[in-house]
Amino acid sequence: MPRLSVYLIRASLIYVVLGFTVGGLLLANKGIPYLPALWNLLPLHIEFAFMGWMVQLTMGMVFWIAPRFSSDAPRGNEKLSWAAFVLLNTGILLVVAQSLFGANGFALAGRIVELFGLAAFAAGNWKRIKPLETTSRS
Amino acid sequence: MPILTRWFLKAALLYLLFALIAGIVLALPAASPITGFFPAYFHMLTFGWLTQLIFGVAFWMFPKYSPANPRGHEWLGWVTFISLNAGLVLRVIAEPINATTPSALSGWTMVASALLQWLSGVVFAINTWTRVKER
Repeated sequence: MPRLSVYLIRASLIYVVLGFTVGGLLLANKGIPYLPALWNLLPLHIEFAFMGWMVQLTMGMVFWIAPRFSSDAPRGNEKLSWAAFVLLNTGILLVVAQSLFGANGFALAGRIVELFGLAAFAAGNWKRIKPLETTSRS
Repeated sequence: MPILTRWFLKAALLYLLFALIAGIVLALPAASPITGFFPAYFHMLTFGWLTQLIFGVAFWMFPKYSPANPRGHEWLGWVTFISLNAGLVLRVIAEPINATTPSALSGWTMVASALLQWLSGVVFAINTWTRVKER
């Protein structure tokens, strides 16, 4: 498994724990209400579980197992994929900052940063979505 | 494919089936007979289907933990499977009941469901962490 996939997948494991923790608190609070303000954490639960866990895990898996090139850059433009890792996680933290601290405009900025991150990932790996290379015996 | 992965994947497929049926029921034009069921429906899709599928495939395909224990501590995988499914079943039953006729029983069942689902995620992360490594 390449180093970037290790980073992406381990980050997704951190987010699965965070997402499940917030989700568990929300569900328990729905069953036995103990802190009404907890419901404000719903956007965090969605952000952690969707962008942090599922999207990030998928990126890690794609970077690992998508077809490679028989060249010096077997996994395409890795700088773009590393940029995607940084941008995605920066975006998640910005969205979280708005939910936790009410920092106006952070969610919008976070979504835009996430968009650039996913665009960078797509650009870096676009050409890897191809048939497996075969060796000709001519 | 290991036995545990087969259980994960078959359970995931069942949740997909149940979720799609639930989606049809929720879309019926009649007055909503199952108030409070939408979150359970949504989590059958995202948790019972998608997340469970990921857990099963990860347990199967991630790099080996060690030659002697290729999939890490397998019992942790079973804890993940049982707590995920027990938690989700409790939620699907208790949440609509609690939305219409709240009681201490339905409320605490939701708390138990929350704890079980949380446990499944934490145990999965613990057992998977060391398998996510460079070759």
